[in-house]
Amino acid sequence: MPIYSEKVMEHFMNPRNVGEIENPDGVGQEGNPICGDMMAFYIKVKDNRLDDIKFKTFGCGAAIAVSSMVSEMAKGKTLEEAMKITPRSVADELEGLPQNKFHCSNLGAQALHKAIQDYLSKKKKVEGGK
Amino acid sequence: MRRVYLDNAATTPLLPEVREAMLPYLGEAFGNPSSLHDWGEPAREAMETARAQVAQLIGANAEEIIFTGSGTESNNFAIKGLALAQQSKGKHVVVSAIEHFSVLHSARTLEKWGFELTLVPVDKYGVVDPEEVRKSLREDTVLVSVMHANGEVGTIEPIKEIAQITRENNVAFHTDAVATAGTIPVDVDELGVDALSLAGNQFYGPKGVGALWVRKGVRIKPFLDGGVQEGGRRAGTENVPAIAGLGKAAELAKASMTSRTKHLTQLRDRLLTGLPGEIGHVVVTGHPQNRLPGHASFCVEFIEGESMLMLLDSQGVAVSSGSACTSRALKASHVLIAMGLSHAVAQGSILFTLGLDNTPEDMDYVLEVLPPIVDRLRQMSPLYSEFIKSKGGK
Repeated sequence: MPIYSEKVMEHFMNPRNVGEIENPDGVGQEGNPICGDMMAFYIKVKDNRLDDIKFKTFGCGAAIAVSSMVSEMAKGKTLEEAMKITPRSVADELEGLPQNKFHCSNLGAQALHKAIQDYLSKKKKVEGGK
Repeated sequence: MRRVYLDNAATTPLLPEVREAMLPYLGEAFGNPSSLHDWGEPAREAMETARAQVAQLIGANAEEIIFTGSGTESNNFAIKGLALAQQSKGKHVVVSAIEHFSVLHSARTLEKWGFELTLVPVDKYGVVDPEEVRKSLREDTVLVSVMHANGEVGTIEPIKEIAQITRENNVAFHTDAVATAGTIPVDVDELGVDALSLAGNQFYGPKGVGALWVRKGVRIKPFLDGGVQEGGRRAGTENVPAIAGLGKAAELAKASMTSRTKHLTQLRDRLLTGLPGEIGHVVVTGHPQNRLPGHASFCVEFIEGESMLMLLDSQGVAVSSGSACTSRALKASHVLIAMGLSHAVAQGSILFTLGLDNTPEDMDYVLEVLPPIVDRLRQMSPLYSEFIKSKGGK
C-alpha cells in the first residue's frame, strides 16, 4: 500500500515492544476513539534511563508504526533525551507520514512524555514523603 | 498466495464482453456523435444503442436517459438541477442522513444558495421510516432524495412507500440507485420515483460513466452549459467508448441478474453467518435480511478498520472500511454514526462487497485469515485490555 513508506509498513507489520509492563514506573495515555487513535505507553526507569518500554495502540497503520518507532527510539535513552523526541523526529525516522496522518505521530510522542511525567510526579511524591 | 478481491463497492472489474463493446470506439469508430458526416454515424448509433440498453435495465424510456461522467455527477445533477428548476415553488429539500456525500454535499451547497435542508434519520439498521419523510414535508418542499440502497451497510430502503408519500404531496423524488441498478431489479415505474442515478463501474461496466434518468415532464436545470448534447442538459462531447460499455454492462446485468443474485447471496451469507462465530464481539451493520446480495458489513469491536484492511491486504484480500482513519477527512462514517453506533465501534468497520469472480473457497479463505488478524490487533489494543480487565480477566 504505497500511501505509507516502507519503514512505516515494516514497523506496522512487525511492531516492536507491544504489550504492557506489570507494575510500571510510569503510564501515559493519549487520544480517544472519537479522534480515531488511542495509545498507552508503559515505562520502567533505571538510573534515569528508560530501561523498558511497552505500548498498546488502538488505531490505524500509522498509529501502530508510530508507537513502535517511539518505543524503539526511546528505549535505553535518558529521560531528558526521551523528552526531546518530537512528532517531527518520529515522522522522519519513519521516512515520512501521509500529511493527514501526521497527528498520529504527535500522539506517540505525547503519550511517551506523559508516561515520563507520570514517573517524575510519582517520584516527587515519594521523595517529598521522606 | 490467493488473491481475493472483495471491494466491488469501490469498483467492479470490467467484463470482457463489455471491453469488446468499447473497443471500436477507441479505434476506427472515433467520430464525434454530433458530427453530421459519415464519421459521426457509428458513434451516434452506439450512443442510442446504449441509451436503450440502460433504459431497459430500469424500465424507462430511452429519451429519458442522460449520460453523465459518474454516479457522483448524476447525484449532483439531480439534487441541484431538480431543486433549482423548482425554486419558484419553494426552497426546502429533504434527504436522508445516510446519503452518499455526492447527495449530502450537494444538498449542503443548496443550503448555501438559500435553500433549507431537512435530514431524515434512520433506525439502527439504517432504514428510513417513510413516516419520517412525511413528517419532514412542508408547503415549500420541492425535492426529496433517499438512496435505493446504502453502499456502506447494504440496507435496501423502502423507496416505493416513500414515493407514495411524495406523490400525494406533489414533491419530486430522486433516488440514488448507484448501489442497486444492475445489481437488483430496478424499475422506475414500480418504484414510483421521478429521477434516478446509476453508475457503470458498479455492475461490470467502465469507470467514469453514469446516467441520470429523469421522468418525462419533470423539470431539471441543465448541469453543463455550452452544447446540445444530452438534450442540452449535459453539454460536452460524450465519452462514447464508456457509454457503449455502460450499455453493454446494463444489457448483461439484466440478462443474468437472477443467477448473479443467487451466487452472491450464497457467498454473502457464508460471511454473515460465519464471521461472528469465528471472532466474537462483532456487529453486523445494516439490515440482516433486507440487504444487497453481495454485501457483508461488520464492525469488529476493540480494533480499527484500516489496520485490519492493511493486514488483510498483506494476505491478498482486498476490503474497505468506514473507519475514520481510512477516510481522508479522518471522520467516522456518517452512516454508522447515524445508525447510532458509538465512535469506538464505528472505528472497527469492515466491508466485504462480493463479485461474480468470487468462490466459496474465497469465503473460506477470509474466514481462515481474518480471525488471527483480529486477535493480533486486539492483543495490541488498549480498549481490548480494558474490556478484559472489566470482565475480571487477566
